[in-house]
Amino acid sequence: MSILINKETKVICQGFTGKQGTFHSEQAIAYGTQMVGGVTPGKGGQQHLGLPVFNTVKHAVETTQADASVIYVPAPFCKDSIVEAAEAGIALIVCITEGVPALDMLEAKMIVDSYGVRLIGPNCPGIITPEACKIGIMPGEIHQTGRVGIISRSGTLTYECVKQTSDLSFGQSTCIGIGGDPIPGTNFVDALGLFEDDPQTEAILMVGEIGGTSEEEAAEFIQSNVSKPVVAYIAGVTAPKGKRMGHAGAIIAGGKGTANEKFAALEAAGVYTVRSPAELGKGVADATGWK
Amino acid sequence: MNLHEYQAKALFRDYGMPTPVGKKVTTAEQAEQAALSLDTANVVVKAQVHAGGRGKAGGVKLVETAKQARDVAESLLGTHLVTFQTDAKGQPINTLLIEETCTIDRELYLGAVIDRSAQRITLMASTEGGVNIEEVAEKTPEKILKININPMTGVMPFQCRELAFGLGLTGMQIREFTRILMGLGKLFVEKDLSLVEINPLVVTAEGNLLCLDGKINIDSSALFRHPDLVALQDVTQEDERELRAAKWDLNYVALEGNIGCMVNGAGLAMGTMDIIKLQGGDPANFLDVGGTATAERVAEAFKIILSDDKVKGVLVNIFGGIVRCDLIAEGVIAAIKEVAISVPVVVRLEGNRAVEGVNLLNSSGLELISATDLTDAANKIVAAVGA
Repeated sequence: MSILINKETKVICQGFTGKQGTFHSEQAIAYGTQMVGGVTPGKGGQQHLGLPVFNTVKHAVETTQADASVIYVPAPFCKDSIVEAAEAGIALIVCITEGVPALDMLEAKMIVDSYGVRLIGPNCPGIITPEACKIGIMPGEIHQTGRVGIISRSGTLTYECVKQTSDLSFGQSTCIGIGGDPIPGTNFVDALGLFEDDPQTEAILMVGEIGGTSEEEAAEFIQSNVSKPVVAYIAGVTAPKGKRMGHAGAIIAGGKGTANEKFAALEAAGVYTVRSPAELGKGVADATGWK
Repeated sequence: MNLHEYQAKALFRDYGMPTPVGKKVTTAEQAEQAALSLDTANVVVKAQVHAGGRGKAGGVKLVETAKQARDVAESLLGTHLVTFQTDAKGQPINTLLIEETCTIDRELYLGAVIDRSAQRITLMASTEGGVNIEEVAEKTPEKILKININPMTGVMPFQCRELAFGLGLTGMQIREFTRILMGLGKLFVEKDLSLVEINPLVVTAEGNLLCLDGKINIDSSALFRHPDLVALQDVTQEDERELRAAKWDLNYVALEGNIGCMVNGAGLAMGTMDIIKLQGGDPANFLDVGGTATAERVAEAFKIILSDDKVKGVLVNIFGGIVRCDLIAEGVIAAIKEVAISVPVVVRLEGNRAVEGVNLLNSSGLELISATDLTDAANKIVAAVGA
C-alpha cells in the first residue's frame, strides 16, 4: 500500500510538449510511471514521447481514463490549468510550477475543494511512491520501497529525508512535497491523516519551515489523531526576522511562526524532533527503535 | 514588493478611501512650496522609507510654518532613517510626504492580509489603533476583530457593519467605514496585494474617517499583470546585493556571520545555516541558487557572496535532484578560476551524478575541501574559517 498513487495510477501531463513537461515526463516514464498522454492546447492529435497529445484535459480523460495530472505550465496559467483538470474529473492534481499568485491559489483551492479533488502544490517537487509511480521532479533513484511516510514543505530537504531513510534501509511508503507557498493544495494535516490510515506507513517524517502556522496545526492534529511515531525537523532556527512592513502578518499568526515555537508545539504533541537536517534518518531510528 | 506611504495613499484614493491632502516632494524647496499650498495651519513632514516605526525614529515631524517644513526637509533628505524594523544602516530618505493635519478624536486600526490557515483574505480592525498594535494582538487578541472574505462575493456590507458596530462607530461613520472596507477589499484583489495596513485610521474631531497612514505589500508573483505597480518600485530602498542576486534569479539575504553559503533550495539553504550554527559557526548569508544552476549563475553567486568582506570561507551544499552535480562542479571550478577566490571553499555534492562531480573537483588542481555529508561539511567550514 501507499497513499494517493500506485502502479495503477494513470497520469497525464499539462504543459506536456514544453521543455519542463518533456524532460520530466521522460524521467517519469523511465521510472515506470504509467504516463498515458498529455495536454498542450493546439497540439491535439500529435504524438509526443510515444504518447497522445490532447487539446483539452476533458478529451484526455475521456480517451485515456487518466486519474492524475501533473502541471508544468507557466505560473500565470496555473489557475486555469488546475480548474480545467478539476472540472474534467481528474482526482489528483500535482502542480509543480513556482510563482503562482496567491490570490489565484485562493480561488483555485476553493474550486478543487468543491469538487473533492486532491491538489498537491504548487511550488513543490511532487509525489512519489517508490518503484511504482513518480509524479514530479524528484530524482527517482534515491528512493526505496519501505515504511516511512515523508511530508515536506521544502524540495531539497525532502531529498535529504529520502536519502537518509534509504541509507538506513527504512525506505519510504510515499513522499509528498507539499510546497512552500502560502496557500498549498495539501497541508501537513491532510497528509498526516492519509499516512495514519495507510498500513504500509509505520512512521512519519515531516519537515517544516518558518512562517505560517501549518506546523502548529499539524501538532494539534497529531496529538489526537496520529498513533504512529512522528519525527520532525523545522528549517530556519537561525533565519533572521529581517526587514518587514507593518505588523499585520505577525498579528494574524498570533505570535506563532518561528522555528522554536514550531519545535515547541510539536514536542508538546509528542513528536520526536531533530535540530539538525543531518539527523533526519537517525531521528526516525531513535523514535522507532529500528536498526 | 513594498510601496511607500504616498503611493499607498494614492491607491486608497483611487478606491474611494479618504486620506489627508498631501504632496510628495524630493527637495527642501519643494517641501516649503508644498507646505504653503496646503490649507491647515500645521503640516506634517513624513519620511518615505520602507520600514515601520518611523515616528519613534524621528522620521515624522509636525511643523508650524512653511519655513520650518523646509528646515525639517533639509535635515531629513539624504540621510538614513534607522527604526526597529531596519538594519543598523537604516533606509535612505529620498522622498518626503508633506501633509495636512487634522484633530484626532479616536485612533483605529485596519489591516488586510492573506490568512494561510483560513485560506481567505482576512480583514482586521481594532479600537486600539496606534503604534503598539502588535502588543495588543498578543496580550488582548479579543480586541482584534476579524472577518474572512469569500472570494466569490468579496467584502459584504453586513461584514462591514459587524466591524463598524464592534468599533463603536455610529451614524454616518458606519456608512463611511463600509465604503472604506469595500474599497479596501476591492483594492486588495484587483492589485494582487499580500498586505495592507492603515494604522491609524482616525476619527477626526468633526467625526469623519481618514486613512492617516498606509502600508502596502504586493504579491511579487503577481507583478506580471501589474506593470503600473512595477513602475512604483523604489530600488533605493532595497539591499544592493539582494537586487543584483534577483537579476540572476538568485535568492540572497545578507546576514551577520562570516561563512558564505551557496545552496540549492530554500529549505536546504535554511537547514545549512542551522547546521553551521549548530557546529559553532555563523552564516554570512542565505543564498538559494535554485533548480537550474548553470556555471554562469554559480559564478555570479560566488561574486555576490564574496562582495561581503566579512566572508572568511564559503560552503557549497548541493543536493542534485534534477540538477546534475557534475555540471555544478564545472560551475564551481569556472567560478573559482574567474573570481580568484582566496578564502577556503568546502563543497558537498550529493545526489544526481555526485561521484562524477566530486571527481571533477578533486582533479581540478584547486584547493577545495570536499565533504561527504552535511555535518562533515559544516564541521570542515567552521574549522576552516577557524576561531
